[in-house]
Amino acid sequence: MSNHPIVKMEQVSFKYEREWVVKDVNLTIRQGQFLGLVGPNGSGKSTLIKLMLGLAKPDRGSITLYDRPIKNFSNWQEIGFVSQKANSFNSGFPATVLEVVKAGLVSRIGTFKFFNKKHKDKAMQALHTVEMEDYAHSNIGELSGGQQQRVFIARALVSDPSLLILDEPTVGVDAKHVTEFYDLLGRLNKEQGITLLMVTHDIGTITEHATHVVCMNKTVHFHGNTEEYKEFNDEDLNRLYGHSVQQLTHNHDHDEVNPS
Amino acid sequence: MIESFFQYEFLQNAAITGILIGIVAPLLGVFIVVRRLSLIADALSHITLTGIAASLLLEKKVTGINDWNPVYMGMVFSVGGAILIERLRKLYKHYEELAIPIILSGGIGLGVILISLADGFNTDLFSYLFGSVTAVDRTSMWTVLIITIMVIAIVILFYKELFVLSFDEEQASISGVNGRWIHLLFIVMVALVIAASMQVVGILLVSALMTLPVASALRLARSFKQTIGLSIAFGETSVLIGLFSSYHLSVPPGGTIVMVAVIILVMTILFKKVRTQQWIKGEV
Ligand SMILES: Nc1ncnc2c1ncn2[C@@H]1O[C@H](COP(=O)(O)OP(=O)(O)OP(=O)(O)O)[C@@H](O)[C@H]1O
Ligand SMILES: [Mg+2]
Repeated sequence: MSNHPIVKMEQVSFKYEREWVVKDVNLTIRQGQFLGLVGPNGSGKSTLIKLMLGLAKPDRGSITLYDRPIKNFSNWQEIGFVSQKANSFNSGFPATVLEVVKAGLVSRIGTFKFFNKKHKDKAMQALHTVEMEDYAHSNIGELSGGQQQRVFIARALVSDPSLLILDEPTVGVDAKHVTEFYDLLGRLNKEQGITLLMVTHDIGTITEHATHVVCMNKTVHFHGNTEEYKEFNDEDLNRLYGHSVQQLTHNHDHDEVNPS
Repeated sequence: MIESFFQYEFLQNAAITGILIGIVAPLLGVFIVVRRLSLIADALSHITLTGIAASLLLEKKVTGINDWNPVYMGMVFSVGGAILIERLRKLYKHYEELAIPIILSGGIGLGVILISLADGFNTDLFSYLFGSVTAVDRTSMWTVLIITIMVIAIVILFYKELFVLSFDEEQASISGVNGRWIHLLFIVMVALVIAASMQVVGILLVSALMTLPVASALRLARSFKQTIGLSIAFGETSVLIGLFSSYHLSVPPGGTIVMVAVIILVMTILFKKVRTQQWIKGEV
């Protein structure tokens, strides 16, 4: 069971318009790993996740989830996701926190079946995990950004996923809850064997918690365990990272001078 | 009205049809409003008018077509328009709302041509524009009943899918919800409800019955379920009081129903204001 590949991307490339945003990515995520995904702004991290979740279709390459080509994959309750844009929803939306978290159970419940008491309890439990149960009946739009983020984390956890994908989940969350959140992730990973993929810019913290690190800028520049990453970080990676960032800024300037 | 209700079949038809659309129009309206697609109802009601004009024209020009109820042609056009809107929305991914004015103006353009070819406005058309308490016949009342049952059943059956799609399309997609299919189903329901409501409220005011009760409910509700409940309650109140006063004042029900809905809206806005102020005072 352990070490079994859950996500497998082979030679995956993708572009929104003309330029490749993700290029020739090979990435395997194995069961039980806690993977930190890092890279500069615009390096394609969120896009890579969209591809992984079938929210965007790759122009080239193949993606398998739990040994199935993504287009045949249907076990969505196995996957929990917190989007980077989670709290860009319509803030006037008339829904309570509880209703939002229950929506995370849709895949688990299945078509033609209804929400019941058990699902409510499950949602309350997930809210308890992120210490938001007191807000269960509050309107989601009336919470602070960090509180909303915690609700979306609860929504991702509520279906008991075996793979949790988090795109900068702690942005706007206060220090106390970030620490608790990392502790929670650690427990989920070690005690329940949940596989984690987390995008973050907080390289220092992620290397303390993750088992593996992936560094990308359009393509994967580094993929290894945290120890290897720390060695790599000192020499090559800083250069690579810095170089990439410079190149990115350069491209940007070029675009402004000569818009295409 | 109560005695007349048992006396005249047309009143029964209008009242029962009114009660039914007082439920389904705001029910679908909730999903339309929260997705910021309020204008979709307008686009579809205008294309329904085109269908009605087409039916009236056919009736006039083609011998053998006499007692076609124009409502059915209206439904066909409305559903067709709904499918077109969905297609256009996919074509203009980043300007989804652009599909609405395209269909709306296209519908009016074609409608005007058809109406002129059918020799202009007549009383019939007037009652389609603003509704009528006398225009609903038994068959269309039954049709509306069937549509109502179907819509309620579908909304209950797909409640969680409709909710998650309205709140967060990405989440819906990774929950395995077939968004395209549900959108299509939903917009076809909207088209049918618009065509069904039209006889009582009138084409020009149908969208008001779908959106005004929801606008009122949004002032007061916390949860999504509450929003649905209040919207239906406000919609139903508007229809009942509106129909009653329409009959007594001899004015088209579309006008009275919408005015009641407007009064409810103003009342909820004031209520919320007062309550918020009380709350602020209470704090101090
Ligand atoms: N919907 C879109 N349409 C067109 N281009 C896009 C879209 N989303 C992202 N891009 C482009 O794709 C590139 C990668 O974006 P992506 O969001 O994947 O980066 P990221 O690594 O997640 O960045 P960040 O750290 O800022 O979140 C960027 O250059 C961005 O401009
Ligand atoms: Mg990103």
